[in-house]
Amino acid sequence: MAFAYTPGLRVADCTLVRKERRLPLAGETLVNAGDSVTADTIVAKTHLPGNVKMLNIANVMGLPPGDIPELLFVKEGDSIEENQTLGQTKGFFGLFKNTVKSPIEGTFESYNKITGQAVLREPPVPVAIDAYLLGTVTEILENEGVIVEAYATFVQGIFGVGGETRGELKVLTDGPEDELTEDLIDESCRGKVLLGGSFVSYTTLNKAIRTGVKAIIVGGFDDKDLKEFLGYELGVAITGHEKKGITLVLTEGFGRMTMASETFQLLKSREGLLASVNGATQIRAGVMRPEVVIPLEGTETEKSSDKSAGAMDIGSPVRCIRAPYFGKLGTVEALPAELQVLDSEAKVRVLDVKFDNGEIVTVPRANVELIEE
Amino acid sequence: MAVASKEITRIMATDCGSTTTKAILIEKKDGEFRLIRRGEAPTTVEAPAEDVTKGVLNAVGEIEDLEGRKFLKADEDGVQVSPDSTDGVDIYMSTSSAGGGLQMTVAGVVKSMTGESAQRAALGAGAIVMDIVASNDGRLPHEKVADIRRLRPDMILLSGGIDGGTIDHVIELAEVIKAADPKPRFGVGYKLPVIYAGNKNARELVKEELGEQVELKVVDNLRPVLERENLGPARDTIHELFMEHVMAQAPGYPRLMKWAGHYVDGEWKQVPIMPTPGAVGKLIEAVAEKENIEVMGVDIGGATTDVFSVFSSGEETVFNRTVSANLGMSYSVSNVFVSAGYDNVMRWVPFHMDEADLRNRIRNKMIRPTTIPQLLKELIVEQAIAREALRLALVQHKDLATGLKGVAQERTIGDAFEQTQTGATLVNMMTLDLLIGSGGVLSHAPRRSQAALMVIDAFLPEGITMLAVDSIFMMPQLGVLSEVLPEAATEVFDKDCLIRLGTCIAPAGVNKKATVLAEVTLTKQDGSSIDIEMELGKMHVEPLGVGEKVNAVIKPAKNLDVGNGPSNEWIGELEGGVVGLIFDGRGRPFVLPKDDAQRIEKLQEWSKALDIYPERFMDLEGGE
Repeated sequence: MAFAYTPGLRVADCTLVRKERRLPLAGETLVNAGDSVTADTIVAKTHLPGNVKMLNIANVMGLPPGDIPELLFVKEGDSIEENQTLGQTKGFFGLFKNTVKSPIEGTFESYNKITGQAVLREPPVPVAIDAYLLGTVTEILENEGVIVEAYATFVQGIFGVGGETRGELKVLTDGPEDELTEDLIDESCRGKVLLGGSFVSYTTLNKAIRTGVKAIIVGGFDDKDLKEFLGYELGVAITGHEKKGITLVLTEGFGRMTMASETFQLLKSREGLLASVNGATQIRAGVMRPEVVIPLEGTETEKSSDKSAGAMDIGSPVRCIRAPYFGKLGTVEALPAELQVLDSEAKVRVLDVKFDNGEIVTVPRANVELIEE
Repeated sequence: MAVASKEITRIMATDCGSTTTKAILIEKKDGEFRLIRRGEAPTTVEAPAEDVTKGVLNAVGEIEDLEGRKFLKADEDGVQVSPDSTDGVDIYMSTSSAGGGLQMTVAGVVKSMTGESAQRAALGAGAIVMDIVASNDGRLPHEKVADIRRLRPDMILLSGGIDGGTIDHVIELAEVIKAADPKPRFGVGYKLPVIYAGNKNARELVKEELGEQVELKVVDNLRPVLERENLGPARDTIHELFMEHVMAQAPGYPRLMKWAGHYVDGEWKQVPIMPTPGAVGKLIEAVAEKENIEVMGVDIGGATTDVFSVFSSGEETVFNRTVSANLGMSYSVSNVFVSAGYDNVMRWVPFHMDEADLRNRIRNKMIRPTTIPQLLKELIVEQAIAREALRLALVQHKDLATGLKGVAQERTIGDAFEQTQTGATLVNMMTLDLLIGSGGVLSHAPRRSQAALMVIDAFLPEGITMLAVDSIFMMPQLGVLSEVLPEAATEVFDKDCLIRLGTCIAPAGVNKKATVLAEVTLTKQDGSSIDIEMELGKMHVEPLGVGEKVNAVIKPAKNLDVGNGPSNEWIGELEGGVVGLIFDGRGRPFVLPKDDAQRIEKLQEWSKALDIYPERFMDLEGGE
């Protein structure tokens, strides 16, 4: 095998980023192909069906379900007000009438003659989606959304918390190995996306939230801090819906981890530009990694290697992603085809990695990831 | 479905797991089907590839490299399946659990009756059951509606009412589904598949209620009478809809579906892609039936752990499958830790570790799920987590693998003092004959004895139980093969897939005074004999190779049981395996010493008895 496949995270100087901005349900698009948009431009909107309230009218009226329809004042599809009388029994000689009132404002959706249940629906909930990126609308997905494209610096993280946000990028640490400490955060950080180095603690994160920071991009974070931050133990890695007032993107992993210098330097060179950040991570089913996208206005060419995704060869830059070399960067020195025995006695396919200091070590192929571009 | 096996002599099969895509090449040589090669590659549903077929190409590519032959088409657009046996293979087939597998919501009138039957049908078909909606589940209708909308299942199975029973409640459930108007996870433009398998008298009304809004399929009632389940038709329809509706929406699957197939009389015929667990279940059922034994299989994957069992219930044998959706060794590894707790995981580790460090390590495995332990210490921790994942999965399986609830029982005066409830678990570790472990952490354990001790610690088999592992994790592929070529599937299963670890002998019961749990006499075929005393708290391995047998007389201490009832002698044949005969004198119920030093000493003692780790593990300490 000339190359090995290994999943890697993208770190691109300038690449064409294509974002699908899709509504959860069919709706209407508000822009045209070719339009320039800012991150805040609303590109499509729709209405989600309102919540449902089930009301057993037959029970309330104390009559068999089949007798109800003729006693109803509303028909299916009618709009209804809260406390509006939906139906009434005939009573005895016009007395002792039983009435049914609507508990909600909305629509009288249906009545079932067998169960006696009526389905009442609350008014639709408006939903709008923005462009997320500063860029151009290149395609309209009829009734569903749009595609927005921009040439941008693109960095994928390994894990994140919190949804889409944006702000001006501000660099807070001197280097990728420095911790983003509490004292570095001041009023000038309000509304910004902060670039830290190796680590951020829960205390610092809290100060950032209090200061109105939009997002933090950092190498590592402690799992025990994650528990405190979320308020619960995260079982399965599906994030993005947290409403914590900040978005956190980890580029390396859990623990104190020096950010890959390439990532740090690249982001540092973009200080002052508007960064769109999304912490949503879904490692299973659908697979999504957090991202930082920094559109580069006026750029219309890609600056990236033409290496196909996932192809690893001699000389490819890689990052070790498991102990005992976790976080170390190097290049592929050899890709032996035969299986080798590890310290754990497992017999697996391996590769030799040469670190910057010249040291060459053997690691399982599964324990490195390709640093693309 | 089965075709004459003479036509097919070369088979390529893949299983696209959530972490790894595994390919196997089977060929018929000298009149028998044998495994020739296997290859694997990371599954590529994830970015940057976002196309499951890339992983398939890589896995098959590995076989090409190792075998020095071509199996892929020249343009790499699929596996080369030839109509005339000239090149490539004669058939290609695949199973899949990538992309989160099949996620379903089921509905039934009474949660513990039709609700549970619907759950069993869905699980048996290989689905993950996200929610059971029932008339008596304690939620208000609008809460049920909200839950269905939030979970966005791939498919809904609606059951309820025995034939001739309640109609109102069934319609109420249909109404809830209608009101929820659920949208599938993938694909905006298609309708959600809903299967109705309830009271036949409510069919027309259900059609009226749901017909226009969803893709409705009506099949036979899965609980036609209280005393009997009829899960087959619902399961088959789930498989069918999984192919047509769910898989077709996942990244790369439409292409994979086109690749899988073979030529019959010159005509291309597709072979459906089966959900991985559905395929494993088919194989376990086939084994239990062929050998007439009680079998339990466990498949511990990256995201989920599946338990399959075939146990007797009266005259019948009953197949059950459960899936613990969030117990696994990579994507779900953090959840095992959260569910079991730090102390429960660490009780299996014979050294101390800093909790914060361990938590970070486990999280890093979760976010980079394809990594493997390079260091012995990391392997030991991973195997400790596996024990807990397996233990929790068994607890869940016992809860669902039960007799039918709500069935009237005939009692005689003799039963007056023995109040058994309906719906007791069918899982009986004492009568279990064969326990098969599968999944990376068991199949790829560097020493087979590690797999043996993991399943013993987690499942605590009682009496006499044969332990085995799926050698290279190929039960899914053999399961789907069993549908097309049953003969090839069983042949390869016997010869190349199943590795017999050996028989575990574990006396169960309470006798506080006994220091020797059983006295054992083994008589070999050459007439020589060995006497073994099973001392309390000790483990012992007696070497006995694969296929070798000894005659055994086992005399348990008073009140203890090895399979013939409390205090009763057991006489029979014991079969060996790659580990040997494993005498587990730790007692059932099994309790680890509370004192930390004693616990570590015991763990080390048992590990040495089974020779599961190299000698240097005794010196391991926490930290790097």
